[in-house]
Amino acid sequence: MTGLIVLVTGVTRFIGSRLAGRLAEHPGVDRVIGVDAALPEPAARARMGAADFARVDIRNPLVARVIEAAGVDTVVHASASSTPASSAARSMAKEMNVLGTMQLLAACQRSESVRNLIVRSTGAIYGASSRDPAVFTEEMSARSVPSSGPGRDAIDIEAYVRGFGRRRPDVRIAVPRFADIIGPTVVTPLTRYFALSPVVPMVLGRDARLQLVHELDAVGMLEHLAVGDFSGTVNVAGDGVIMLAQAIHRAGRIPLPVPALTLDALSRTMRTLRLGGFSPGQVKLLSAGRVLDTERLREQVGYLPQFTTVEAFDDFAANLRPALAPETVRGLEVRIAGTLGARPLPNVPALVAGHRRPAAVDLLAADDPPPASDVTDPGDQGLGRPRLVGITGDGAGAPRRRRTR
Amino acid sequence: MASSDIPRGRTESTGPRLTGPAPSAGGAGQPDPTDAATSLPVPATRRRVANPETGWKRSLAGSLAFVRRRMTGDYEVDEFGYDPDFADTVLMPPLRALYEKWFRIETVGMANVPDVGGALLVANHSGTIALDAVMTAVAVRDHHPLGRPLRMLGADLVFDTPFLGPISRKAGNTLACNPDAERLLSCGELVAVYPEGFKGVGKPYSQRYKLQRFGRGGFVTAALRTGMPIIPVSIVGAEEIYPLIGNIKPLARALGFPYFPVTPTFPLLGPLGAIPLPSKWIIEFGEPIPTDHYPDNASDDPMVVFNLTDRVRETIQQTLYRLLLRRGHPFLG
Repeated sequence: MTGLIVLVTGVTRFIGSRLAGRLAEHPGVDRVIGVDAALPEPAARARMGAADFARVDIRNPLVARVIEAAGVDTVVHASASSTPASSAARSMAKEMNVLGTMQLLAACQRSESVRNLIVRSTGAIYGASSRDPAVFTEEMSARSVPSSGPGRDAIDIEAYVRGFGRRRPDVRIAVPRFADIIGPTVVTPLTRYFALSPVVPMVLGRDARLQLVHELDAVGMLEHLAVGDFSGTVNVAGDGVIMLAQAIHRAGRIPLPVPALTLDALSRTMRTLRLGGFSPGQVKLLSAGRVLDTERLREQVGYLPQFTTVEAFDDFAANLRPALAPETVRGLEVRIAGTLGARPLPNVPALVAGHRRPAAVDLLAADDPPPASDVTDPGDQGLGRPRLVGITGDGAGAPRRRRTR
Repeated sequence: MASSDIPRGRTESTGPRLTGPAPSAGGAGQPDPTDAATSLPVPATRRRVANPETGWKRSLAGSLAFVRRRMTGDYEVDEFGYDPDFADTVLMPPLRALYEKWFRIETVGMANVPDVGGALLVANHSGTIALDAVMTAVAVRDHHPLGRPLRMLGADLVFDTPFLGPISRKAGNTLACNPDAERLLSCGELVAVYPEGFKGVGKPYSQRYKLQRFGRGGFVTAALRTGMPIIPVSIVGAEEIYPLIGNIKPLARALGFPYFPVTPTFPLLGPLGAIPLPSKWIIEFGEPIPTDHYPDNASDDPMVVFNLTDRVRETIQQTLYRLLLRRGHPFLG
C-alpha cells in the first residue's frame, strides 16, 4: 500500500508550513510538496522539515504540471481562506484566494491522480449579525450575506468546490470551516487587534461572542482530514466561547468603547499609523460575534481540538506584555478593601480553563525551529536532505536542516 | 495584607485559643500545659477569632471581587452568551427589588416547573415594555427550589439595540427563532416564549387581558420536535404598569419602533413617565402539557400544531380570568 503524495499550498505562512512538515513525518505519506508564490522565510522553511518546496503561483496553470509530474493524489489548499494582516497583502488575498482556487481546481480536474481534496474555508461564510441564530450548523447559510472580504471569498470558493465535486465525483472533498485561528505564531488581523496596547477599541454598546481555534489544532485538523477519509463540510472550533471584552481583559488590555460611527475614522487613523485597521467583516464580527456548532466535528470526523477557545486565547495572550496585569487588579482590590475595612474575598479563579487532554502532548512534542545558531549538526541522520527546487529547476542552496527529536 | 489570601481556617488555628482548654488534652477537662498562655492577656493584634463581617462589608468585598473578575476576564460564558456571574450580580438585585417591593409579585404553581430537563413556558405578554418577561425570569430564578435560570426568546429588535442587545444575551436570552429554541430545549434548559409578541405588549388598555393571536405556533413546533412539555404561564398585573391609551404612529415609524406608546404619564411627564405604576402581580405556572407522546412528524402536521396552540391559549385565558377575580383591586390587591 503506497503512501500518499500530498501537495500543500500556502507554505510561506504558519499553517501551510507546519502542515507540510507534519505530513512529511506521517507514516502514511510518501512525499509532500509545498508550494507558494514566494520563497518561504527560514523559519517557515525549517517548519516544513522534510517536505519539498516548489515555487509555483497557483494562479498559474503550471501548477497542473507539478501535480502531474509528481503524481499528487492529495491536494490540501491551506491558503484558500488565509487572512493576511497587512493591508497590502489583504487586497492581494482576494485574487490569490479566489482565482488561485479556480486554477488549482482546474488543475485537479485535469489530473487523473488526484483522489483527495481538502480546501480550507472559514466560519466567516456565515456572516455575523445581531439577528443571527446563536449557533450556526453546517446546513445554515448566512442571514446577512457577507458582500466582501473573507466571507464573500469563502462563498465563492465553496461554490467552485461544489462545482468541482459534481464534475469529479470520484474525488473525496473535505471542506473544514475554521473559526478564527489564534496562537503564539500566526499573524492575522485578529492577533494584531488584540496586540494593540494599552487600549483596544471596541464598538460602543456591543459585545461579541468569539470562538477560536488554536493554530496547532488547525494544523492537526488539516492533517487528519488529509490522511483520513472524511468527506463533506465541517465546522472547526475550540470548545467554549469568550466574549470580546473578556478577551481584551484577559490579554491585559483595556477596552475602549467607540461609537460605531467614529469607527471608520478610527480605522483610517490606525491604518496611517500602521497599527492595522478594521475591515467591514471584522467590524461585524466584533459587534455581533458568531458561534459554530461542532457536533459534526465531534461525531463524524474523529478529531477533537485539544485547546478550548479560552485555552487557545490564553496561549496567544501569554506572549503579549500586559498593560494591566491581573496581579495589579488583585492588588488594587485588596488595597481598596483594606482602606474601607472589609476583608477581600480569596482569589480563587472562577474560570478554570481546564487541562489539556493528554493527546495535546503530540502536537507540542514537535519542536519549534531551533534558534539560528543551533542548526548545523553533522550527526543528524533522521530525515532526508530537503530539496529546494525552483520551477526553472535551479536549486537555491541547501536549506537549514531541522533538528529531529 | 497577604493574610487575606490565607483561608480563614488556618489563621484561626495559628492564633491562641481563648475559649478554655483544648478537648484533646486528656479528655477530662484538665488544663493542657500549652494553654498556660491563654491565662495571660493576649495582645489584640494576635487575636484571630472568626469575626463575622457585617452585611455591607461582605457585599463590598463581593462587589470588589466581581469587579476584579470582570477586569481580568475571569468568568464563563456559554455559547449563547449567557453570563451567570453578570446576571446574578448586576441584573438580579435591582430586578429583585422591583419584584418584591414594587410589584409584590406572588407566584402560584412553581411545582409545575420541572427540576430537571427542558420545558417550554408560554406566557401572555403585556405592559408596553417586556417587564413581565423579566419578572417571570426573576420568579423562576429566585423562587424555584433549585433556582433554575430561565432563558427567554426575544424579538429581533431587542438584539439589534445597542446596550440592550448584549445585556439581554448576558442574561441568557436569545433570538426567537426555531434553531435556538430547539437547541436550548435539547440542552435541558427552561425556555420562555411570549407568542403574542408586539401585538401583546402594544395592546391598548381597553383590551387588557384579552389574548391576542398567538402567531403561527412556531413555539409548539419547537416543543414537539424536542418532546419537551409546554407549561402555560399566566401573568396578571403587567397590563396596568403602563396603561397604553394611545400610539403615535408617525413617530414610531420614524424611530423604527413597532409603536410609540402614550400613557397617562409618558410623554407628559418625560422621563418620570418611565416609572411603572405599582400594580399587584400574580404569576401562575399551569399544569405541564406533555408533547412526547405525539408521533415523530407531528410537528409538520398543522392540525396538531393548531390544536396545541389553541389549548395553550385557552388555558392561559381561563387562568387569567380566575387570577383577576382572585386579585381584586389592581393596585391594592
